[in-house]
Amino acid sequence: MAEDPTWGHGWRTACCLVALTLCGLCNGVRAREAQPLVADPEMQARVMAIAAELRCLVCQNETLAASQSALALDLRKQIEQQLTRGASAQQVRDYMVERYGQFVLYRPALHASTVLLWFGPFALLAGVLVGGWRMLRRSAQAAPEVALSDAEHERARRLLRAAAGPR
Amino acid sequence: MKRTTLPLLVFGVLVAFMAAGLTLRPTEVPSPLVGKAAPPFTLPLLGAPGRTLSASDLRGKVWLLNVWASWCVACRLEHPTVLDAAKSGAVPIYGLNYKDKPADALRWLGRFGDPYVASLSDVDGLVGIDFGVYGVPETFVIDKAGVVRHKVIGPLTPETLRDTVMPLVRRLDG
Repeated sequence: MAEDPTWGHGWRTACCLVALTLCGLCNGVRAREAQPLVADPEMQARVMAIAAELRCLVCQNETLAASQSALALDLRKQIEQQLTRGASAQQVRDYMVERYGQFVLYRPALHASTVLLWFGPFALLAGVLVGGWRMLRRSAQAAPEVALSDAEHERARRLLRAAAGPR
Repeated sequence: MKRTTLPLLVFGVLVAFMAAGLTLRPTEVPSPLVGKAAPPFTLPLLGAPGRTLSASDLRGKVWLLNVWASWCVACRLEHPTVLDAAKSGAVPIYGLNYKDKPADALRWLGRFGDPYVASLSDVDGLVGIDFGVYGVPETFVIDKAGVVRHKVIGPLTPETLRDTVMPLVRRLDG
C-alpha cells in the first residue's frame, strides 16, 4: 500500500495540514493567554509564581497558573494589578483567601480545621508502625523458642518416621 | 474476641470517614463571606443608563443577590424558580449580571421574564470576584445590616428556596 506514491504523498500532505492546524491553534491559545502579562517578563514570573500556589476554583485540580478558565484569567489579572500597586505576595494570598477561603491555597495555613490535613498522614503512619511493632512482639512472645532434650528429639524423630512409614 | 477488636475498630473508622466523604460535595466551596459584611460595590444598573446602585442603598432590608448571565445555561434552568420567588413578593431579588453584554442581558430578560428589582451590570466581573463568585448562578442572602447570611452555589431549586432560603429570610425579617 505504501508503495503507491500518490497515496503516500496524500498521506504526508494530510499529516502536514493537521500539524499546521494544530500549531496554529496552539499559537492562538498561547498568544491570547499571555497577552495581558507579556509586557513585563519579571512581573509575569512573579504573577505565575503566586498563581502556581493557588487553586483554580472552576477546575479544582488545576492551579490558577495552569488554568485557561475565564475566572483564572481574571484572577491572574487581579494578581498582576495588585502587585503593580505594590502589594506583597502574602497580601495577594490574603485577598484570595478572603474571597474563596483556605481552599484556594495549595498549602493551607495551620488552622483547627486543617490540623487533620497536615498531621493526619503522620498520625496514620505512627499508628501503623506502633501496631506493627506490637503485633511482631506479641507473636514473638506467643511462640517462645523451646529447647528439646535429647529424649524428646528421639521421640519426635520416631513419630515422624512412623507417620511416613506405612505408605 | 480481643484479636478482632482492633481490626474492627480500624474498619469502623475507615467506613465512617468514607461515609462522611460521600456526603461532601467538593464542587461547592464554602464561602468565607458568610457571616461577614457583603463587599461594598457601586455598579451601573442594567437598562437604566446613568443610574447606579450601591450596597449601602440596600441597608435596612433583607435581600437576595442572584448572580446571572445570558450566556449561562444553568441560569435558564433556575429562572422559573427565581420568577416564582419574585412573584411571591416575600423578598426583593437583585440581579448581578456577571460578565455579560448589557444588550444580550436585556434581550435575555425580555425573552424569559425579569424577576429582578434591578440588575447590576458587572461587565468586567470585578464585583463578582469580590463576592467570591466562581460559577454562575450563585445566590446570596443578605440581611438588614448588610451581612451575607447564606450562599447557594448552583441553580436555585424550589426545594432549596422552600427549605433553606425562605425560612432564613423570614427569620431575618422577623
